[in-house]
Amino acid sequence: MQTRKKYIFLTFLASWLLLFFFGGDQLRRFAFFSGRKAEAQRNWPRWTDRALLKSFADPEELQRDGDPSLLSPRERRAAWLSVYRSSRCRMETCFDFSRCERHGFKVFTYPQERGQPVSETYGKILSSIEHSRYHTLNPEEACLFILSIDTLDRDHLSGQYIRDVDEKIRSFPLWNGGRNHLIFNLYSGTWPSYTGELGFDIGQAILAKASFDTKNFRPGFDVSIPLFSKDHPQRGGDRGWLYQDSVPPKKKYLLVFKGKRYLTGIGSGTRNALHHIHNGKDIISLTTCKHGKDWEKHKDVRCDRDNIDYERFDYQELLHNSTFCIVPRGRRLGSFRFLEALQAACIPVLLSDGWELPFAEAIDWGKAAVVGSERLLLQIPSTVRCIHPERVLAFQQQTQFLWDAYFSSVDKIVHTTLEIIKDRLSPHRSRSRFLWNTLPGGLLVLPDFSTHLGDFPFYYLQHGYSPSKKFTAFIRAVSQAESLSQPILRLIQAVSGSQYCAQIVVLWSCEKPPPPSRKWPQSAVPLTIIQGRRKLSNRFFPFEAIQTDAVLSLDEDTSLSTSEVDFAFLVWRSFPERIVGFPTQSHFWDPEQGRWGYTSKWTNELSIILTTAAFYHRYYHSLFTEYLPAGLQELVDGLAACEDILMNVLVAAVTKLPPIKVTQRKQHKEAVAQQAECRDGAAGTLPPGQQSPSAPHSASAKLKGTAGSRRFSQRQDCLNQLADWFGYMPLVSSQLRLDPVLFKDQVSVLRKKYPSLEK
Amino acid sequence: IMCASAKYNTRGPALIPRMKTKHRIYYITLFSIVLLGLIATGMFQFWPHSIESSSDWTVEKRSVHDVPVVKLPADSPIPERGDLSCRMHTCFDVYRCGFNPKNKIKVYIYSLKKYVDEYGTLVSNTISREYNELLTAISDSEFYTDDVNRACLFVPSIDVLNQNTLRIKETAQALAQLSRWDRGTNHLLFNMLPGGPPDYNTALDVPRDRALLAGGGFSTWTYRQGYDVSIPVYSPLSGEVDLPERGPGPRRYFILSSQMALHPEYRLELEALQAENGESVLILDKCTNLSDGVPAVRKRCYKNQVFDYPQVLQESTFCVVLRGARLGQAVLSDVLQAGCVPVIIADSYILPFSEVLDWKRASVVIPEEKMPEMYSILQSIPQRQIEEMQRQARWFWEAYFRSMKAIALATLQIINDRIYPYAAISYEEWNDPPAVKWSSVSNPLFLPLIPPQSQGFTAVVLTYDRVESLFRVITEVSKVPSLSKLLVVWNNQNKNPPEDSLWPKIRVPLKVVRTAENKLSNRFFPYDEIETEAVLAIDDDIIMLTSDELQFGYEVWREFPDRLVGYPGRLHLWDHEMNKWKYESEWTNEVSMVLTGAAFYHKYFNYLYTYKMPGDIKNWVDAHMNCEDIAMNFLVANVTGKSVIKVTPRKKFKCPECTAIDGLSLDQTHMVERSECINKFASVFGTMPLKVVEHRADPVLYKDDFPEKLKSFPNIGSL
Repeated sequence: MQTRKKYIFLTFLASWLLLFFFGGDQLRRFAFFSGRKAEAQRNWPRWTDRALLKSFADPEELQRDGDPSLLSPRERRAAWLSVYRSSRCRMETCFDFSRCERHGFKVFTYPQERGQPVSETYGKILSSIEHSRYHTLNPEEACLFILSIDTLDRDHLSGQYIRDVDEKIRSFPLWNGGRNHLIFNLYSGTWPSYTGELGFDIGQAILAKASFDTKNFRPGFDVSIPLFSKDHPQRGGDRGWLYQDSVPPKKKYLLVFKGKRYLTGIGSGTRNALHHIHNGKDIISLTTCKHGKDWEKHKDVRCDRDNIDYERFDYQELLHNSTFCIVPRGRRLGSFRFLEALQAACIPVLLSDGWELPFAEAIDWGKAAVVGSERLLLQIPSTVRCIHPERVLAFQQQTQFLWDAYFSSVDKIVHTTLEIIKDRLSPHRSRSRFLWNTLPGGLLVLPDFSTHLGDFPFYYLQHGYSPSKKFTAFIRAVSQAESLSQPILRLIQAVSGSQYCAQIVVLWSCEKPPPPSRKWPQSAVPLTIIQGRRKLSNRFFPFEAIQTDAVLSLDEDTSLSTSEVDFAFLVWRSFPERIVGFPTQSHFWDPEQGRWGYTSKWTNELSIILTTAAFYHRYYHSLFTEYLPAGLQELVDGLAACEDILMNVLVAAVTKLPPIKVTQRKQHKEAVAQQAECRDGAAGTLPPGQQSPSAPHSASAKLKGTAGSRRFSQRQDCLNQLADWFGYMPLVSSQLRLDPVLFKDQVSVLRKKYPSLEK
Repeated sequence: IMCASAKYNTRGPALIPRMKTKHRIYYITLFSIVLLGLIATGMFQFWPHSIESSSDWTVEKRSVHDVPVVKLPADSPIPERGDLSCRMHTCFDVYRCGFNPKNKIKVYIYSLKKYVDEYGTLVSNTISREYNELLTAISDSEFYTDDVNRACLFVPSIDVLNQNTLRIKETAQALAQLSRWDRGTNHLLFNMLPGGPPDYNTALDVPRDRALLAGGGFSTWTYRQGYDVSIPVYSPLSGEVDLPERGPGPRRYFILSSQMALHPEYRLELEALQAENGESVLILDKCTNLSDGVPAVRKRCYKNQVFDYPQVLQESTFCVVLRGARLGQAVLSDVLQAGCVPVIIADSYILPFSEVLDWKRASVVIPEEKMPEMYSILQSIPQRQIEEMQRQARWFWEAYFRSMKAIALATLQIINDRIYPYAAISYEEWNDPPAVKWSSVSNPLFLPLIPPQSQGFTAVVLTYDRVESLFRVITEVSKVPSLSKLLVVWNNQNKNPPEDSLWPKIRVPLKVVRTAENKLSNRFFPYDEIETEAVLAIDDDIIMLTSDELQFGYEVWREFPDRLVGYPGRLHLWDHEMNKWKYESEWTNEVSMVLTGAAFYHKYFNYLYTYKMPGDIKNWVDAHMNCEDIAMNFLVANVTGKSVIKVTPRKKFKCPECTAIDGLSLDQTHMVERSECINKFASVFGTMPLKVVEHRADPVLYKDDFPEKLKSFPNIGSL
């Protein structure tokens, strides 16, 4: 052993010396002698008279900027309209902004014509739009128009190709040369050239197309969308496959590819070379020429050997177990592989020169993919090997974020397209690139709420802001009593006693007018009364009166003490994007019934915080009211007690995190008698005291009375309907509760900041 | 091929065998030979080359007028016009750039020549001051190469910054005869003032075939996205006038327009705005009655009032930048310098460096049609955002507009990023001003993932020689359901770990790693053996934690995988008398640190601790044999910006009855040392990253009036 080491060492030494003496000339160019080399470089000369050189432009000339051109700005813009058309369309020349001014961004879908076949995928796209908050049935108020003709597949050899599109659209009275129309397309052109040819004249319509070529792409006008399969879910969508963050990535393979090898035709340049980088160890690049009808005719010497290898590996297994995935162009520029890799957290290595990447107007692909060059295929292995593990980790997480934010369902793809177009309409009220590329993503950030990052709950840390140091107590009153009830008076007193309370807002959701202002208690903080509507969703309306980041949502019969409020608010400041509150409930999957179950029993877990006593960010009011489709709001208004579940579901869908429960004094005894309410039936949410300490499984039986059980089943119903709407169950469970540091510890009460919480 | 960047050592601290004396002599001899060889090589390399290259040095001191003259025959070839379909993959030869470990392109600059036509008339001015500065900047940069054969990008020394100073056809001919022209492939031209009267094209009119154009004033129709680079129009005032940065706060005017040659139509619209909104809008024009000797470019007038330009720009919140004959305006640079938020009204204009800069954060773009609504649009922007835009505007100027050097380097960096996209500069680096870079955190574990419970955690026990206690810890920890592996880090080099048969038999794998040196940092090394994300660092004397307590700690960590989750909490305080930080171990209502005697954290932080710990903290900790836990708390808080999570009531690790053995004095020195650590680390980090919170995590039903047997974690331990 020792001798062998010695020899190895000697050989190494000798080769080192040899390298120095004979390869010195090459080495000299590397870092070794760089210090000396810098001196010897022939730099750009320091001219002796460089101080005398004239400026490139006379200052006056610069400021005057030539002569004011003869053409007036208005005339110039008018002239553009006729010059920059069809292939040179831009928003300012081919889009009629005035249509969007009066009614805002409304989208009209042409009514379905009988006998007009629509593919499943196009059906999903149309349904996404029809369910969105932008949809309108009135073409008069529309800003954007979507055809009912299926234009997704424009390969005229395909079965879904629709003929005579030109004639059809020209017969539409609303067509107007394609102005303000949005056309979706997934496949264009056909064998052998697969050009961007659509087979009809789109005129001035915006094209949202997969596999967009930068050559035909009209920047700032068209939208590049990803290619997705017909099985792509309508909404919700599967989550990404990344379950753990490990450094270095513990994957079996570094780089994989499995797919067709084209022997001839467009795209064969890259596909025919992919097998070169296969090393059988950490780089697996498998190709097969077994595709098409007459593959055997073109087959070359590799084919048979390749086909054997090809069968040995499972594509799904490769996807799951590789750090990087090659996404080469197919016949067209984009491929299904792109989304597959993105979902699998297998960092896409793109080999598709000239591909305008999906949503590149918004998405910074450099953070989630390696954009390679087809010409440098052979460098790819060394390139990806050199990517630092930390960066790999960031890439993997970004793929998951992007997948989940923009790609995992047809809804998301369509909405991203719409939002990108909407952002162009008023550049000053649009999302910055930062917003698009940071959690929770552009769709969940409403520029109409604010364009300032500090107004959202998501970016405090990234931008060094902190949430406001005060909160607004927002109390909903529904009681019918002539005078103010005791609980609400006590509540106002307790809340206004908090040093962090900036204002109290009372939402008076009762038909009777609120008591005159002299009847309200005097408090240290301003008190505002808003006359609300009776709709349940009204509680989460973004009232202008709420002026702090934090909202403490309360019901009039909630019972809280000042120190509970203080402590909960401080906790919220640590978790400003979550709901932080007191009474909790939880959801669970009921395998017997095959549906989601809901329980208000005491359990070891929690996933819902009642908004009868909870802190959350004021932005969630806007998100609830503006972001959720009208259908969902109707659903909530129809059910008696669903709005707080929806709020929890919404926040969980945004953050992907559970809410936070903070400690609360025990108060079963205090349970307030159900108030006489101005709404019929079971209204108002369950007071905290109604939770009874019994085993979870005897659930509904013990609930008092029919009203209680009806309410319970409605909430369960609500939960299941929401899961349906969202396409998945966004709620996340938590097993913890946050208590003050010295909570119930056996130390002197004098030491404790919140002794009253322990009573 | 060697990677320059990836030096991630996956092995543990290497075992260094003691060499035998015989071998030592042998190795020393070998080493001397290598050393001699190196010196000889160095000498050999140094001598001949320096003589050879010194011959070029004599030409250094020259005047621009002494450069060689090149006569262009009238029939010399003219390049094709610019190809609008050019993209990097079609018109750029990447093979010239090659794969290099530094991921830097090499740029060659042609030497300066004077071009004349057949009649001896100059084709253009030899070189402008700005272009000379630009070329000097490139040649001083890391991108530069003097070897034309190794170059990836070629920059002609023919100055085309201002199209009006040159003859188009002849300049094109001059370009075409450059030695490596080859249809302009990989050639980069800089132009700031394109077009000429009357229609002012938005890109340089000089035929240039495939050459890349770094141009000021592109429109969306002439800009080849991903190929050309949009650059600013340099304002010479940048170098002349020093405008100190103004802090945020209200300014005298809300909207200001300072441009002199506005089209009357625009001016009418601006005046209408002024009439509507009064004194908050100021529309300036050139001065008509200036006394002699006052440079007109430095004054602006409104009626009879005279204002200094560009100083007046600092008096306004928003400054209008309207298109003139050209789209790109030098005034943009002045406006940014003044920290005034530009309101850009120039339809179809491609903003400077728009490929990388997020202009929405520094400017407001308003379509020309919407000029009448400008006031209300600007009014709707929140004040806090305006302040940020002002800061951002100033930062853009400082970083990318300030000098020709800044412009040149940003341009080359953009091209570099396209060629080596995997090594590209990030959005944050391009866009975040230093203040944001400083105060913000970018959490490396930013994705909200709740790791699956099934993964479990790896307990890492650092031990020296307390075998008995160690075995008890192992036995205790092995009872925790989610433990998936136990790793003992044997930090004693003088003693071998006990034989395999003596170790407690436990249900999960138990591995022993031996270390090369008795260092505290060994406990935070990212051992390959740690296969789970969660690590439980545990001392070899922590036997008081219950199984429920540990399991609950793991569950809490799963909900907060990017934080330190520990048991006893500690606090840092500002000592007003001493004016420094103090370590606090009293039982307070607040925590800012947790002890790592038993704490859960993500394995990634081991990696950070070992390879990315700032300054000399790691060595310092090893030398002092203390404070590794404080260092870990600092590190995690600094990188995530988040607080620790203290779980359960546990306040200390020592059992309550066995205190006061070491005595008070020892306790006090301990406190002093710990305080010193905090001060030392705070100075190395340059900030105090620790976050103080008042909460701890307990099980949902902790101390609730509820049957204990139904609780998930009934035995959560004591103080």
